[in-house]
Amino acid sequence: MSILHTVNKSPFERNSLESCLKFATADAAVLLFEDGIYAALTGTSVEAQVTAALGKLKIHVLGPDLKARGFSEDRIIAGINVVDYAGFVDLTTANDTVQAWL
Amino acid sequence: MSEIVKKFMYVNRKAPYGTIYAWEALEVVLVGAAFDQDVSVMFIDDGVYQLTKGQDTKAVGMKNFSPTYRTLGDYEVKKIYVDEASLAARGLTQDDLIEVAWEDMETEEEVDNIVEVIASERVSALMNESDVIFSF
Repeated sequence: MSILHTVNKSPFERNSLESCLKFATADAAVLLFEDGIYAALTGTSVEAQVTAALGKLKIHVLGPDLKARGFSEDRIIAGINVVDYAGFVDLTTANDTVQAWL
Repeated sequence: MSEIVKKFMYVNRKAPYGTIYAWEALEVVLVGAAFDQDVSVMFIDDGVYQLTKGQDTKAVGMKNFSPTYRTLGDYEVKKIYVDEASLAARGLTQDDLIEVAWEDMETEEEVDNIVEVIASERVSALMNESDVIFSF
């Protein structure tokens, strides 16, 4: 069973991202959206944690939420894939289940 | 005009859009501005994200309230502070933040940008000096 893990909380405010990365396995996909997008940015105190996770699983970030918060795609960590709303839907259908780390 | 001027501090610790805190805080600051108090607005932790440049919410269907911060100077808010350590932990610098201009209508004194990035010790000191703290 492949799982899409979604994280919509800031990694600086909650442990959602940390738990997600702890439990997500190699075949999983992670989608960062809403305040979760802050984890996709370079130069942060969680960058190393995210980069390490990229070695084993795919990480996506929702473009419209990046833009809303004032960040362009050139500020995100290399290896993270930017998706739009249609891409969000594709991710949910491509995986068997969704685990939302609220 | 009230006779006793108190030091009001609004402390912002939440990112915009994900929750309603940032927008509500801004509304309270604007309402409070009508009472002629000594107002300062502090941004720490995820609150620093409220001031990022270039916010564009068209695609998410929410109101972009970022331009409203730039009007704070017109509401006689002269002190806006950002915790430097909070910025650094998020890979941000003052260059990533909007600028807020301020002008005294009577004396024509002008300040191009009242957003001040300060050390955490100074944040603590300013909190200690405040008569009233509003937390968001």
